[in-house]
Amino acid sequence: MQVHPFILLPSYFILGLLKAHSLLSNRSEGTKTMSMMGRLAAFAKDNRFAAPASALFFGLLALPFMGLARASILALAVLIFRLAAIFGRVPQGLRLPHGLGRAKTFFANLPPAATSSAPLLLVALLAGMAFILDPYTLDVATTACIYALLALGLNIVVGMAGLLVLGFAAFYGVGAYAYAILNTHYGLGFWTCLPIGGGLAALFGLLLGLPTLRLRGDYLAIVTLGFGEITRITLNNWDSLTNGPNGILGVAPPSLFGFSFDHPRHYFLLALALVSISVFVLNRLDKSRIGRAWVAMREDETAAEAMGVPTLRLKLLAFSLAAFWGGVAGVFFAGKQLFVSPESFNFLESVMVLCMVVLGGMGSVPGAVLGAVLLSFLPEVLRGVEEYRLLAFGLAMVLMMRYRPSGIWPEAHRVLESREAPRG
Amino acid sequence: MTGPGAQLLQQVINGLAVGAVYALIALGYTMVYGIIELINFAHGEIYMMGAYAGIIILSALLALGAPLGWALIMAFLASMLLTGLYGVATERLAYRPLRGASRLAPLISALGMSIFFQQYVLLSQGARDKIFPVELSSGGFAAAGVKVSYIQAAILLVATILMAGLTAFVQRTRMGRAMRASAQDPCMASLSGVPVNSVIAMTFFIGSALAAVAGFMIAMYYGKVNYLVGYIAGLKAFVAAVLGGIGNIPGAMVGGLVLGVVESLAAGYIGGEYKDVVAFGILIAVLIARPEGLMGTRLPEKV
Repeated sequence: MQVHPFILLPSYFILGLLKAHSLLSNRSEGTKTMSMMGRLAAFAKDNRFAAPASALFFGLLALPFMGLARASILALAVLIFRLAAIFGRVPQGLRLPHGLGRAKTFFANLPPAATSSAPLLLVALLAGMAFILDPYTLDVATTACIYALLALGLNIVVGMAGLLVLGFAAFYGVGAYAYAILNTHYGLGFWTCLPIGGGLAALFGLLLGLPTLRLRGDYLAIVTLGFGEITRITLNNWDSLTNGPNGILGVAPPSLFGFSFDHPRHYFLLALALVSISVFVLNRLDKSRIGRAWVAMREDETAAEAMGVPTLRLKLLAFSLAAFWGGVAGVFFAGKQLFVSPESFNFLESVMVLCMVVLGGMGSVPGAVLGAVLLSFLPEVLRGVEEYRLLAFGLAMVLMMRYRPSGIWPEAHRVLESREAPRG
Repeated sequence: MTGPGAQLLQQVINGLAVGAVYALIALGYTMVYGIIELINFAHGEIYMMGAYAGIIILSALLALGAPLGWALIMAFLASMLLTGLYGVATERLAYRPLRGASRLAPLISALGMSIFFQQYVLLSQGARDKIFPVELSSGGFAAAGVKVSYIQAAILLVATILMAGLTAFVQRTRMGRAMRASAQDPCMASLSGVPVNSVIAMTFFIGSALAAVAGFMIAMYYGKVNYLVGYIAGLKAFVAAVLGGIGNIPGAMVGGLVLGVVESLAAGYIGGEYKDVVAFGILIAVLIARPEGLMGTRLPEKV
């Protein structure tokens, strides 16, 4: 019998979790290690039927959708997972493996001259790679850079300022369409349109922000989602300006002093430059007075306001800056694809970018880039099981929130906060 | 005799039927929000899964040779039960562990659940439309150029019965009282002996079961469902809940009906493609002008 990947994937996932349990649960901390028999006895006393009951429960839930064979395999997997969980403590949060932690202290103890030149070296190395890698990989890397720009932008508003925005693709679309329309109708060039597209998106951000920023977090999320949909529907239906669902063809590629960008390498180098500048600027912003005010607002808005932080103005600033980065990414996207259509800016795109920010670590600038690069290259790695990508994304968002809400590369403030907070 | 008056009335009736479905979904949003202040993004997907579950169970029962009437009723009840349990499982796995975490965490977890469910149905059931297995009578009552199909009448009838039942449940029973207490102040309720966790699980069960009813009936109405229907229906229902005043049960019912009628009128007189824009326009307008909704009362923000 051929085993369908739909069964394999969850089982791998559960096995992976099991492994994570045994590896990462810190057994020596606090609790006395119970003997195997003691654990079994305690289990039998507390919840004799919990493991088989939950296996049956999930099996029955999945039965109508997955059919008998797959549902029973799922039930079996749940049973094994629950039984195995008796022998390991449920982890309170995933910690970085020791090697990574040691690497971190190594980097932290380097002399300042070395740490400040490390990013430059990295950029130089990546730029050098552009002359070695094949065009296909470079194309994927360029897409990763576009996502990095988007994630950096979304990170300003979601991560730094703590406002959940679910319609970010709208700003991306505004930037892309700004370049496409200005270029095909008025013949404006890429470099003129880069600030115009960003500025126009920022203006949209401001327009959206002004009436909605008094709303509480979850309302804001829905309103921005609605705004994203309205933008997409408008792009789809405003035929005279946007050519409707057919999109706009024949956008000119960027050129610089007569040098025209036509090879994936050129695009990659340009994208790399944009990302590097953004990382530099946003790192400075994060450590500035404004960045600190955003953190204060994110952690406790009322307290921040009481301390004299102008929250309304800061929220508007976060919105328009985030939108600006979205717009710039859009202009670059249009210049690379040479074609724009409304379908590139749907809700799923917003979710993807959000997923990158969450995975990398909300509020962390290097985290946003890392998340974007990981999720852009993931489909290339997972060629055979590509259709399970979104399923895994959804699951990853739930699990990240539960086990490691600070992301892969946590922001410095959050690390400090979690150290200060009493472990419970 | 299809004068402008009859046309208007026809649009209103079509709108009421769709609005009753929105109202049933909106109840799930509003009840959950009332107790744990979470926008359950996965609720639209729960509705979609209710429709799928209903169709799958109905097809299975018909294949086993059950008579149509019984099969319909059994599939209806079974999909309510199954979908209700999906709601409970979602709460247990994705929301309960995050209680007390930052505000963003449960929202992102809910979004993740929503994507997960959508992909789960896509991968296990395929991307093609799921067809309702029986051709239901397309007849109906007609008078003065206005036609009410049997299915529309059934939707309105079932929705009315369920809403009346829910109101009685919340107002009259012990569990309903516990729900109201938990909505007012979960901490105080648990101090006075209300099992808040069970109340929350029960809220998710009821909300999801109502969404399953909505899904089953919309599948009957249009004759098919698709794995993507949950997203937009969930959004519309959320708009309905906000319109009526989120956390407010009668508000969700009124909000759903109003939204359905406004949308149907907009589709009839402005154009179908901007139907969704009208709904979101309403949402933004309500949030700015009257955030407490049509039926809500404004509360001072807790600090």
